[in-house]
Amino acid sequence: MQAGSAKSSQTLSAESANIVELKNISKSFPGVIANRDISLQVARATIHAIVGENGAGKSTLMKILYGLHQPDSGTISVNGYVTQFKSPSEAIAAGVGMVHQHFMLADNLTVLENIILGSEPTKIGVLSLGDARKQVKEIATSIGVEIDLDLPISELGVGQRQRVEILKVLFRGAEILVLDEPTAVLVPQEVDELFTNLRKLVATGTTIIFISHKLDEVLAVSDEITVIRQGSTVATVLPKSVDRLKLAEMMVGSDLPSHGKRTTKVGATIQLAAHNLTVLGKDNKNPVQNVSFNVAEGEIVGIAGVDGNGQFELCEALLGLVASQGTIEISGTDVSKLSIRERLKKGLAYIPFDRQREGLMLGASLWENSLLGHEQQLSRGPMIDLAAAKNSCREIIERFGVTTPNELVPAFVLSGGNQQKLVVGRNLATAPKILIAAHPTRGIDVGAQAAVWEEIRRSRDAGMSVLLVSADLEEVLGLSDRILVMFDGEIAAELDPKSATPQILGKYMTGTR
Amino acid sequence: MITKSKNSRLLMFVVGALAVISSVRLWTGQDALTSSSTIGTALRLTVPILLAGMAGLWAERCGVLNIGIEGMMIFGTWFGAWGAWQSGPWVGLVLAILGGMLGGLIHAVATVRFNIDQVISGVVINLLAFFGVRYLSDLVYVGKPGGGISQSPPQKWALPRFNLPILSGGEVAGWKSPDVLGRLETNRWFIIGDFGGITRGLTSDLSWATVIAIAVVPLSAWLLWRTRFGLRLRSSGESPVAAESLGIKVNHLRYYGLLISGGLAGLAGGTLSIVASSYYRQGQTAGRGFIGLATMIFGNWRPSGVLTGAMLFGYAEGIKLVASDSITALFLFIAAVSVMFFVLAVLRRKRTQIFVALGVFVLSAVAYRTIDTVPESLTQSLPYVVTIVVLATANQRLRPPAMAGVPFRPGEPH
Amino acid sequence: MSTKPASQRNFDALQKSLVTFGSSLSAIAFALVICGLLLLVTGKDPFAAYGKILETGLSGDKLLEMLKRATPLIFSATAVAIGFKMNLFNIGVEGQYLFAALIAAEMGTRVSLPRPLHILFILIVAMIAGAAWASIAALLKIHRGINEVISTIMLNYIALSVIQWMFETFFRDDSDGGLNVKTTEIAPSGRMPDLVDDRLNGMLIVALLIVILYWFVIFRSRFGFQLRASGLNPIAARTAGIPANRMVLIAMILSGAIAGLVAMPAVIGDVYAYGPSAIATQFGFAGIAVALLGRNHPVGIVGAALLFGFLDSTSAELQLSGIPSSIVKVIQAIIVLVVVIVNEASSRRFNRRTAERAALALKSLDTQ
Repeated sequence: MQAGSAKSSQTLSAESANIVELKNISKSFPGVIANRDISLQVARATIHAIVGENGAGKSTLMKILYGLHQPDSGTISVNGYVTQFKSPSEAIAAGVGMVHQHFMLADNLTVLENIILGSEPTKIGVLSLGDARKQVKEIATSIGVEIDLDLPISELGVGQRQRVEILKVLFRGAEILVLDEPTAVLVPQEVDELFTNLRKLVATGTTIIFISHKLDEVLAVSDEITVIRQGSTVATVLPKSVDRLKLAEMMVGSDLPSHGKRTTKVGATIQLAAHNLTVLGKDNKNPVQNVSFNVAEGEIVGIAGVDGNGQFELCEALLGLVASQGTIEISGTDVSKLSIRERLKKGLAYIPFDRQREGLMLGASLWENSLLGHEQQLSRGPMIDLAAAKNSCREIIERFGVTTPNELVPAFVLSGGNQQKLVVGRNLATAPKILIAAHPTRGIDVGAQAAVWEEIRRSRDAGMSVLLVSADLEEVLGLSDRILVMFDGEIAAELDPKSATPQILGKYMTGTR
Repeated sequence: MITKSKNSRLLMFVVGALAVISSVRLWTGQDALTSSSTIGTALRLTVPILLAGMAGLWAERCGVLNIGIEGMMIFGTWFGAWGAWQSGPWVGLVLAILGGMLGGLIHAVATVRFNIDQVISGVVINLLAFFGVRYLSDLVYVGKPGGGISQSPPQKWALPRFNLPILSGGEVAGWKSPDVLGRLETNRWFIIGDFGGITRGLTSDLSWATVIAIAVVPLSAWLLWRTRFGLRLRSSGESPVAAESLGIKVNHLRYYGLLISGGLAGLAGGTLSIVASSYYRQGQTAGRGFIGLATMIFGNWRPSGVLTGAMLFGYAEGIKLVASDSITALFLFIAAVSVMFFVLAVLRRKRTQIFVALGVFVLSAVAYRTIDTVPESLTQSLPYVVTIVVLATANQRLRPPAMAGVPFRPGEPH
Repeated sequence: MSTKPASQRNFDALQKSLVTFGSSLSAIAFALVICGLLLLVTGKDPFAAYGKILETGLSGDKLLEMLKRATPLIFSATAVAIGFKMNLFNIGVEGQYLFAALIAAEMGTRVSLPRPLHILFILIVAMIAGAAWASIAALLKIHRGINEVISTIMLNYIALSVIQWMFETFFRDDSDGGLNVKTTEIAPSGRMPDLVDDRLNGMLIVALLIVILYWFVIFRSRFGFQLRASGLNPIAARTAGIPANRMVLIAMILSGAIAGLVAMPAVIGDVYAYGPSAIATQFGFAGIAVALLGRNHPVGIVGAALLFGFLDSTSAELQLSGIPSSIVKVIQAIIVLVVVIVNEASSRRFNRRTAERAALALKSLDTQ
């Protein structure tokens, strides 16, 4: 075995029918335990699905198998050899290939160039493009993929790019193919095509590990399913022995979230409304299509959905970051022609999807970060009122429990949860009329999560309208007064959180009818 | 099939352009438009721009902006002239390349090893080169006959020049071959006379350095698109993260790319101080490093495009030197070409192209009727204006290496 | 959630500036060692050279010259720094100030005003001309998405052509038989008074005022905060409602306006006219160096400009004592390169240490 480059002991494990065995893998990052004592056996030439909610630890586990992370404890064996991959190249040498959710392709290079890059067939340094073309064609035909090898990647659609990634891994001779959420970016026809390709691939003897949270697909395509929840394995089951409901229950746990009983009433006045909102896409497909909804005073409307179904674009359109058609009303006045700043002035606040990308200046101090967006209020004439700005930051730190030495440290020293508390605090401190909260608790620990939820509830009780965008069902069910499910750019359903279950939500979120 | 139709289209295009310029020549009586002396001068002026453009191309293809080409060229002019003065032109050219590579190495250490901003490094290299060679001149050239703080002593030897045998009357083993193209040129017939003038300009009184410089274009194209080294180098400029994930040592390739870039810039400088003249002079590069950068953009980061751009800028400079009163005839040429584009655009029903062609026609026609002499000072800025116009109008169609200019730290999460 | 007492926080801030200053200083020392080796290799005694630089530079009249030479650098570096503060690289200061010099010198001869107003008029014209030229790059960036690095480089050369053409065709003063390669001289009412007769003119005061204004606007004003935010994280700034395009335009206009003043010490303080050889070039690039060395901080900019001015002031004496004066410029270039490299490395280290220290501080908070 080529795995010899890695530290591999020569002990042959007993059950070598399994091509991959992970035993008691644990891995923690500062503040988060990603994997807790996970074990996994994958049989040769099968499709093995790993399902779990966002943040359940699926990706971390696969990154460990691919050598991107090293486990804190536990063993990995591939092909019967206990091994340890210090880098992806060692994993590749051992026959493990990974297709990332975010493709690693060079846009301006051709399909062929991307596929052969790094293991080019050459004669004295000169590319043997003819040989390469023939080899790639052979692999492509064997799994039923048709693709023009001379097109630059930039001219391919998402589905084709994914196929290039798969070919790239197979060209390197991978026997084990890890696919991280391969269907998240595909439209249904492309998903079908992908599955046809994968079946053919398995027929040639390749093993596929397939990460997903779309249960229908998992049931349709896999030979075995391992369910992961909160960093631990729940069970490994056969698709025949379970159905969607059972699987969903295993995934989210049987204990349903307690509905935060609200004592206040939803007000009567509509504070935020959208009518036939459409965001035009680059291709023929619009990321947001004819979306209408309204949010009343003191109401939390949850927008549930799997990432990439138009929620991001919807928020950008509401805020004015992208152009849109249709109308957006704040307190009854049409704001769709107004600038971002003018909309914010009318009482809109936004907790962005990605706090580091869209919310924070990591290199700047906390008080400057909390000042961002509130310069107008915290100024005296044209000058910033430094004392007031720092004071307001200290108040946010105090009220939202941001753990930090002081308000002068740069934002990058804070943990993710505290960064998020700062962003949430910045947006709630000024008591906005309307809050658009996108994944307000993604990637933060349980304590911080509870704190953020509590603050949102408190502001709601004070009359704030909230549009809560989330893929976390517990969050959506626990906070919302009404739930809209977004799928493929449209509102697929409107549900009452009191009667909705994760299963029903999951059904609409995955587009099954 | 594809290549055949491509070739025939190219041929049609060349013949069409010849016909237009020939008509313009006969109409205006400006024989200098296509005379072999104009073309020869243009070729000589093309060479340094071409090499500077290729220097930019190599750097950006591996993912590093090179604002320091001008400085690397300055190193080339100085070290080239010094070597040529000491031990002959060939040694000079080698030292010019090495001098440029020194600049490339500094750029690589600063931007690849220490990850500082690529623009900053380039700017500093320009300053360093400008004053560094002044310091060296002060030490080496001052007090020598013909030398001084801003000038080297003249070189004793020059690189050999030759005419192509049979076509342009070159000598083969002492036999003076006929000058076929020369005869074609002197009759000044429609198209044929122009063809003779242009080809004779390209094949007579050639310096070996020119031949080497032109050879850089196909050689670079071959290296970059046909070898493993080239593919990996390009991948470092297109997507270093993807390249690294496939086990490619991005930073090593960036070192190589910048050394080649520096070497080409140095050679560009060397041709200025050894071929185009016979001594080093302060300010000899005269912003050609930046024209090279402009040429690279104009050429869409492709060797053939860089060649085209360099020839265009070289021709514009050449005709100004040989026959500055011919420049106005060029307006007529541009007007005629825009008419052709207008017809094509109408046939293809591309509305914006129709308007652009029409606009260019009106402008150039008016310019031809009203302007008698174009001020020298304004024609100098042609390459820069063209570059901004190209960037402003064709931005969508340009394909710069995706990650050129973005610092890359190996082994960090992305 | 306790916060540190104010004295502790001041101490932190002080420590940070000390670290910054210290690393810059050691970088300069290291650069001097490299230059010393260069001198040694080329057969010159580095100790003699540095000795000479110190000896001449510290003499009284050279200190005046240092101030004089630092003045245009302060303008130029401030102009560059404004761009840097929002991640805009204005390489075009060179073209902007030369263009402004010609326009201001010419316009200055076309009006007759009493003294302070005449001077003010010329300065304002220079700022408008510089801003106008700089705004071309801003508009190209906003409307056509052209990177300002490329456009300002190209615009530098276009500026040189346009200036030459305008000067030769319209503005050249041929009154004394074409010998005078300058524009008409500005009337005495438009000339900046000297601080020290014939040695140092009042533009130094203007430069210092501009630096103070720069500090207030960039570090204390609301607009400055928005500008810095756009530089630190353009997406977050836009999400917070700061209009990105308008910030690019305003930043570039401000940068160009200050760039317009670079040649004013010469135009209204020395030459009283524009002339192709009378107005020194290269200040635009030197300004980039000074801004980098001074880390875009007002105090740093003034300090770095004084250092460059100090080195420049010694070049004549150096040449006389047998050491090529251009070594001064080489020293400057190497200092900048080393300082930028050291800054990059030390800021990464400092960030790591800050993160570690913050983590430690939090641990101790937890255990209390």
